[in-house]
Order: sequence, then C-alpha cells, then structure tokens
Amino acid sequence: MNAHGMATKDAPWPTIRFTVNGESRSVRVPPMKRLLDVLREDLHLTGTKEGCGEGECGSCSVRMNGELVNSCLVPVLQAEGADIQTVEGLALEGGLHPLQESFLQNGGAQCGICTPGMLMAAAQLLANSPHPSEVEVREGLAGNLCRCTGFMRIFASVAAAAGASEPDPAKEPVLSSKLEQTHHAR
Amino acid sequence: MSTHATTRIVGTSVPRKEGVDKLVGRACYVDDMEREGMWYGATVRSTIPRGLIRSIAFDRRIDWSQFTIVTAADIPGENIIQLIVADQPCLADGKVNHCEEPILLLAHPDKHKLRAALGAVRIEYDPLPPIFSIEESERQDQVVWGTDNLLKSFLLEKGDVASAWARAAHIVEGEYRTGAQEHLYIENQGVIAEYSTQDGVTVWGSLQCPYYVFKALRGVFDLPEDKVRVIQTETGGAFGGKEDYPSVLACHAALLAKKSGHPVKMVYDRMEDLAATTKRHPARVRHRTALDKDGKLLAIEIHLDTDGGAYATLSSTVLSRATLHSTGPYLCPNVRVRARSWATNLVPYGAFRGFGTPQAVFAMERHMDEIAAALGLDPIELRRRNFLHQGEVNATEQLMREPMFLEQLLDRALQESHYHAKRAQFARENAVSPIKRGMGIAAFYHGSGFTGSGELYLNSLGGVDVAPDGKVRVLVSNTEFGQGTNTILTQIAAEALGIQYSDLTMAAPDTDMVPNSGPTVASRTSMVVGRLIERACLQLVSMLREQAGLGATHTREEFLAACERYRSAHGEVSSMCRYEAPPGIYWDDQKYHGEAYGAYAWAIYVAQVAVDTVTYSAEVEEFWAVQEVGRVLHPVMAAGQIEGGIAQGIGYALYEKVVLADGRMANNQMTNYIMPTAEDVPPIHVFFEEIPFRHGGYGAKGIGELPHDGPAPAILNAIRDATGVSFHAIPLLPEDLYAGLVASQPVEEPALP
Repeated sequence: MNAHGMATKDAPWPTIRFTVNGESRSVRVPPMKRLLDVLREDLHLTGTKEGCGEGECGSCSVRMNGELVNSCLVPVLQAEGADIQTVEGLALEGGLHPLQESFLQNGGAQCGICTPGMLMAAAQLLANSPHPSEVEVREGLAGNLCRCTGFMRIFASVAAAAGASEPDPAKEPVLSSKLEQTHHAR
Repeated sequence: MSTHATTRIVGTSVPRKEGVDKLVGRACYVDDMEREGMWYGATVRSTIPRGLIRSIAFDRRIDWSQFTIVTAADIPGENIIQLIVADQPCLADGKVNHCEEPILLLAHPDKHKLRAALGAVRIEYDPLPPIFSIEESERQDQVVWGTDNLLKSFLLEKGDVASAWARAAHIVEGEYRTGAQEHLYIENQGVIAEYSTQDGVTVWGSLQCPYYVFKALRGVFDLPEDKVRVIQTETGGAFGGKEDYPSVLACHAALLAKKSGHPVKMVYDRMEDLAATTKRHPARVRHRTALDKDGKLLAIEIHLDTDGGAYATLSSTVLSRATLHSTGPYLCPNVRVRARSWATNLVPYGAFRGFGTPQAVFAMERHMDEIAAALGLDPIELRRRNFLHQGEVNATEQLMREPMFLEQLLDRALQESHYHAKRAQFARENAVSPIKRGMGIAAFYHGSGFTGSGELYLNSLGGVDVAPDGKVRVLVSNTEFGQGTNTILTQIAAEALGIQYSDLTMAAPDTDMVPNSGPTVASRTSMVVGRLIERACLQLVSMLREQAGLGATHTREEFLAACERYRSAHGEVSSMCRYEAPPGIYWDDQKYHGEAYGAYAWAIYVAQVAVDTVTYSAEVEEFWAVQEVGRVLHPVMAAGQIEGGIAQGIGYALYEKVVLADGRMANNQMTNYIMPTAEDVPPIHVFFEEIPFRHGGYGAKGIGELPHDGPAPAILNAIRDATGVSFHAIPLLPEDLYAGLVASQPVEEPALP
C-alpha cells in the first residue's frame, strides 16, 4: 500500500465524493492527488493507464460529467460530485459494450495499453455524434496516441460500432485480398 | 498462385486471444501489479557524458536510514549486463561513458519520497572530453571504447568491384543519413523484483525476451538456473525497445529487492524512459554505383556507418542486418559493403523494428531515384531492369530458390495507386499551385528470422501439452506485445491438432514454466516458432494415433479421449520439438557469404505526398503497401502489422527527431517528440500476395519488421517528384524542407498565373 493509501485513516484530508461507473465512492486523499492515481491506487481501477503524465497520450482518458478528460491532469478535488466512467464501466452488464466487441472483431486493439483510453474517447465521440463522419472520428481520437495500429483498424472499429455500412475487413476473402481500412477521406 | 491446402483456423481472423482482457481493462501490466510489502525503486544517473566519478555525497536533509541504497559494490556477481559483448556495467563504477548512465539505486516504501531523494545525491566528476558523432569517433578524436572506437565491422564482397568502374557508362554517388528514433511504446519500461535466499531472484516485467533477462540476472547475481525466474507481464508495446533494455532494469530492481528485503517496483516515467533507454541507431550511408549504358547495375560499393552509443549492446547484430539489406532487391554482379558501428558517448542505441534495415533501405532506395535522375530514366523502369529473380543470386551469393515476383508486386502497386495517372495529373497541377504533389516508390525485402546460422545457435525448443482438464497449452518463451504471438501460435496449434481455437491457451511466459524457444524478435515468431509448434502438434497427433488409438480422422472429443488414454498409459501428454534448419542452408560468418536468411518477404510501397511551399510542411496523403509475406495466417492482424509499421515509418521520415544537447536528449517528452496522431496518418491500403513458404508455420514468413523499411524512402522520393529537390536525410522537418527548397531554387519554379 502506498503512502497516500495509508494516509486515508487519520490524515487531515477532506473527504471527496464522486460516482465511478455508477457507484458512489469517497476518498480522503491529498486534494491535488491526480484523479488517475486515485482511480488506480485508492479504488484499484487499474484499467485506466498512465502513458506520459502530461496530457499528451490520452491513455488515462476517462469520461467525467459527459466530457472526456485526461485523468493525469485532473486533481481529484475537481472530481467532487462528478460522475466518472472508466473502461471498467463500459461493460457493466457482463457482456461487451458494442465498441469493445467491435474493437475485438476489427483488430482495434494490439498491445492494449492505449485501448482503455481509446475506448473512452470513442464512447465520448459516439455520445456526441452517433454516426460520426471520418473527419469527426479522426478529430475525436486525435488526443489518444496508439503506436501499434497506425489507427486504421481503430477507425474501422469505431465506424463498425457506429453502425456504419462499411464492409468489415475481417470478412473479406483472404487470398490476395484487398485489406483496406474504411476511411479514405481526410 | 497459392497452392496451400484448405485450413479451418489458420488464415481466418479469429478474435485476439487476450483481446477481451485488454478491452475490459482486466489485462495486468506490470504497473497494475502490487506485491505484499512492496517498495519503489529509482535511479541516480550520470549528468555528464564522460568522466570519472570523484565523489558521491548524500544531502543530510534526507533521512537516508529510511532508504535502501545500492551501488556497484553491492553486486554479488559480475558488474556486467550479459548480452553479446561484456562491456556494459550494470551500475557505473568509477567512471561514466554517457549521460543518464545508472550510477546508484534508491528504494523506499513511499514512491513520492524518491524524487526529492534523487536530487539529494550529489555526484562530483572529473569530466573527460566526450564524442557525439560518427565522424568524431572514426577520426578517433578521443578513444572511448576499445582501442579504436570500433564496436563492430563487416565486409561483404561479391565479384570484383574495383574492375567495374572503368567499364561503367555511369557512376553515381550519394550520401544518406538517418536519425535516431524512439520506440515510444505507450507503456514505459517497468519491472517488479523479489529476492529470497531460498528462491533467488524473481522478476515480473514488461519485456520481449524472458531468457535474455534470465541470462543477465544470472550473471549479475552469480546464481544457478534454478534460482532465477523471469515472468513477462502484459506488455504495452515494445518494437525492439524491450529486447535488451529490460535486462538492465531487471538487474537494478533485483539488486534493490535483495538489499532491502522487499519486493521492489521500478517503473520509469516518460521523461526517464525517453532520456535513458535505447533508440534506433543513427546511420550514414555512402553509395557509389556503376551502371552500364542500359541502366543495369555493374557494381555497388557502400560504406555504411552507424552510431552505436557508449556500449556495444546489439550494435553488431543491427549492423549485420543493415549490411545484408543494403543492396536492395536487385541483381548486381559486383558488390562491396564495408559496414562499421562506432562508439560515442551517447546512450547506447539498440534494437528497433527493422533492426538496421530501415537505415539501409532508406539509402538504397533514395539512391535508386538519384541514379534514375542521373541517367534520365523513369525510377520505375530503372528498378524493373535490375530486379532479382528466382534462380539468381543476391549479394551474399544466396541462390533465390523460392518463387519470387517483384515485377508483379510492382505492377499491382502501380495499378492500385494509379501511379502513372497521378504523376501526370500532379505535374499539370503543380505548375499552377503552391501545393506540390508527388508520387514515390520503394522496393525492398526483409529477411525472416535470425541471420545466417543464428537460428541453429538459438536451437529453439517449443511444444504443446494437454492438461487433465482438456486445456491444451502452447509452451514457448515467445511473448505477446501486441503483434499477435498468442493468437497466431494458438491458431497454428488448433489447426494442426484438429481441435478448436478455443481449446488452446498460451502457457504463462515464465522461465519456470516454458522452454527457451528463442527471443521474440527478428520477425521470427510466425515463421520459425510457428513451424516448431506445427511440427510438435503433428508429432503429438501421430503419437496418439500410434499409441492411444486415435483414428485417421478425429473429432475434438476423440482427440481429448485419446489424450486421456495416453495419460493413463504413459503419464504426461506433451510434445516438444527443436528447431531444424531448412535443407541446404550454408552460411560463412567470416566472409559474409551464403544463405543469409531462410526466407525473405518482398514489398513495393508507394507514397503520395503533398508539399506546401508556403508553410514548408510535407504531408503523406495516401499510402499503398503491396507485399509478399508467405501465407497470411490472420488477415486482420497482418494488415494491422503493416499499417502500424507504416505509421511508424511516416514518423521516422517526417516527424520524429531526437534532439541532443551535450549528449542528453533535450526533447524527452511526448509534448515535443512528435509521433503521427489519428489526424496525421493517411489512408493506408494494404495488399498481400501469398506464396506459402514450406519451412514456415503453415507457410508463413516474417511480417513484423518489413513495413518499417519502406515508407521513409518512398516518402522522400515522392517529395523529390513533387518539388524536384533531393533530400538525403531524415527526419525531414519543415525547417529542413525550407532550407532545401530555398537553397535549391527548384528547376521548375512555376510562373504564377
């Protein structure tokens, strides 16, 4: 257990309350502690990842009050009363969320480290725009870096989850097949 | 063209084996793990590039009794990270040879106390003059390694280059440079180590090669095999960056664990990871080429030099692969390649996807366009006239036994990209537009697996076993870090055993549980290890037929029942195989002659680029990748490998610059080391031609590294096509474009309408 975790017993820190994945939670931690660390260390929700610690890579993306935030840049005091969703909250009913299913079928995840943040960014995108254009998809995911996929299969996954009519590359014939992503416009 | 038999599972895009765990946030990366009583570790590093350590002082404002402090004096075995050459200390002892060299380690139960403590260790040095470039190293301004700074050299010779110049109708020379490149795996380097007298050292970590770390720990701790255990945790990207470096970090954490008596976690933050860990070798490649009057290659002479950094690490093997890929997919009777890797006082360079090939291919394929321009030939036509064919010999005089058809790949690439029509269209439009568009091409190959006799030395062992609960496990030390090892190997096993993909699991990547099937590098997993698993599975099926009454055809249930009959009669149900080289493989390590690789993947890439002559930005607008990689085992993952490699290649060409200031990385943040984002990558069109390779797993050849080799030269060739100006170095940033375009005064400067 880290020092901040141990501090919850008798430290003078105020209690901060918020909702995570539909559950009410409260923590007594230094108010400037990063939301990312509170999620990972105090609430043991380790699905949210740290990639850079400076808001560039988006691996720590969570949804807070209907907005996408980098949880490494949010002091937990700003989360007082907030409604937060992490990757662990995407598939609450036991089955996969349509985005998770789509990423699985379309090769949207490789090493998986950017995936939780990417899924949250995609979920936010689809909440704002259920049938996003290709430009909107690129813009919506521009704050989330993936070093493995070159993004093509992520675009295809999001498009498929949004119910777009583009063909599923997995279903195309294999031999000398034309394995194209579905987004050609910039 | 394809002759492979029908398969049920291989060749289909089954869901990634560990995919659901990754998608629901359950996959356990090392920083998601905790151990009872765990402490945290940190590293005190050199702030100068070269010098003697005069003193180490500890600021009295810190209560050091709460910390565990480790120095070189605490190392029970040899103070060396065992890899190829025994030159790199685990901790600097008396002198430092590069900035960020680890000197001293700290551990504390509270990770937040470590930062202040790091700043409270004062190290004084007697500085020595450093060297930071290939030029300084080859001039031996200072001798910083061995007797001459030379980490490794190779000489590859075919025919008689010297006699070719006099007969040449044309001689074309050029010098090409490539910069360092950071892997930028999104998960930083990290490990957890434990130590006990009874069990020795145990390390969990983000790593590619458990047995490399195993070997390094044995040396540093002077422990027998049964007292060292290495377990790979879910690994968030690697790209070669977690081939050699995790050995260093694992030894550090284990030393702290031993001295503190606690498990110790060490996870670098992004700035430390960028500043202190390996990168792609910078290179300088000089070409001199003789051609006859028809544009056929007469002689290729290459001087290829790389900056290896302060220690040898993998520089020799990177240089080897660069040498063997330096002459391109062309037929040339006379070849001479002199390759050297030089020591400098920089952080050691290491493995990165392509492993020397992107540097070599950049030079060769840029040079081909320079030759075409010098001869007044179309770059396509020049390549077509010189392509290597089946039955001919390459630069090492390896006979091209397997079918190959570069012409068809080229035709496909030209057709899919509408190359000729677009070039004509852009030539018209460029004349009246500040946006100049162009098309560029690169032709290249990538050898699969270890070089020459490397696979024989590795002597890989792998196989499968069947547990009483009917779970069938693949037993290998090959690791998953996004590229699909788990999925591909379980697909192959399920196919060969005649059971379902869902029946298969991967045994934990744990040196106590799995045999050494070699490192997960060099595009070898599908081809070499895949074949090993295929053979082990076919061997198990024969065994069950001969000794457990399994029929000539079987259902899944009949297979499992036969396994249980075998278990009752003989005990454990398992089948292991060792690597067997394809027949006729001969390699001379001294002369660099013979069968350099068991198989080659071949590719033609085409880039469409737009150069804005107002803002001096270059943008890749569209990209086409046509390749032959043997049988495609998993179409979605194969395309994902190609697309991801191309995105990294675009970054290598246009965005990613490691800025050094006095030997330190000055831009060690994601804010100013720039990789392509979702808004930067162009549409990438991926096409496979398949020629199954008999000696690869279900016909596979290597695929992972290939796509990083071609984008940079294709892009810079497209920029030449667009602007008429040749650029010879990457990364090519807007300021470089500005300098080149302004200085060159393009020949075809358009008149404004």
